[in-house]
Amino acid sequence: MTKKEYDNIPGTIVFDADRSREGYHLNQFCISLRLKKNRDAFNENEEVYLDSYPMSSQQREAVLLRDWNLLLELGGNIYYTSKLAANDGINFQNLAGRMTGMGVDSYREMMIKGGRSIEGNRDKSEWGED
Amino acid sequence: MAKIMAGVGCSHVPAIGVAMDTGITNDDYWKPIFDGFNRSREWMKKQNPDVIFLVYNDHCTAFDARCIPTFALGCGAEFHPADEGWGPRPVPAVKNHQKMASHIAQSLVLNEFDITIMNEMEVDHGLTVPLSVMFGNIKQNEEWPALVIPLCVNVVQYPAPTGNRCYNLGKAIRSAIESYEEDLKVVIFGTGGMSHQLQYKRAGLINSEWDKRFLDLMTEDPIAASQITHLEYLRETGSEGIEMVMWLIMRGALNENVTEVHRHYHVPASNTAVGHIILENN
Repeated sequence: MTKKEYDNIPGTIVFDADRSREGYHLNQFCISLRLKKNRDAFNENEEVYLDSYPMSSQQREAVLLRDWNLLLELGGNIYYTSKLAANDGINFQNLAGRMTGMGVDSYREMMIKGGRSIEGNRDKSEWGED
Repeated sequence: MAKIMAGVGCSHVPAIGVAMDTGITNDDYWKPIFDGFNRSREWMKKQNPDVIFLVYNDHCTAFDARCIPTFALGCGAEFHPADEGWGPRPVPAVKNHQKMASHIAQSLVLNEFDITIMNEMEVDHGLTVPLSVMFGNIKQNEEWPALVIPLCVNVVQYPAPTGNRCYNLGKAIRSAIESYEEDLKVVIFGTGGMSHQLQYKRAGLINSEWDKRFLDLMTEDPIAASQITHLEYLRETGSEGIEMVMWLIMRGALNENVTEVHRHYHVPASNTAVGHIILENN
């Protein structure tokens, strides 16, 4: 894929038109969980429910494993994946605790102390990434 | 003629709505956030607007990935709070000033802003939380004290409209509103922000220094604010901080010179920096 101007922001996935295309069926599955009748059907049998969404096998696996970061890497968007999290009883802040690898308590603590600083978090080079 | 009296900038964090709906606004975590709106609620009572033009973004509620309009104007008679996955918020339906909304729709398109017209639309926390913080607790069986014309902006799928486009849209909204013949007092809200990133490994990013400068620019130099690039929003304010372009629509609808009558800034509400400003037209 062509290099984009925002690719060097660390720890960030920009949900652009390319990702939206790749993640379409995954995101439509996630948003279906906004409604209780769909949540009930999904919780009854996840595999069967997922059969009606033609997502890639990798996306399907990431859903079943609740691999929150991989879901985003495969075209998921946070406003969609958060509906899957909500179905599991995980709110936005707890989801962030998981995605950052910090755990729920240290993440909450960081937020109370003013959040993650911008210093050292502007460019991938500061994270030792390309 | 209708007249825009003032503009309000305000975050729309869903957890703020939950805190109000569950009555925990006085606890240690939430009190400092809500204290900053006491003055705003007094101000709203004094202003007593007939209509609020409310700029917000939908969070995949009315618009999932099937349809992503950049600007969608609510023209229907009323808009019900949506079930976002945990039941609809217990607040009243929002009632439109439909005649004015039709007039604005027509005026905007002729002014070369090709908006989408919504005659049926559910509204999510993006719209109801700003009304709740500014009006206080309004029970489900009561009515919001003002009519509301919603304008929904895509900020979920990149790119959101540019700050410059938003600023100019604000000007077109003003000329639409102020060419409406009924004598009505209008307040415009720009909602969302401030710095926050909800996703992936950099989640939790807050940039207070940047946010405060943005608030300064809202008052003193909106044209400079309108030139902030998408890359700067993404890098400096987090992937979801780009919501702040919606404040520029509000700002574009005001005079270049305004009086800042109130400001409030607090970190955190859940994952987000809460920012709020009230600007009166001079």
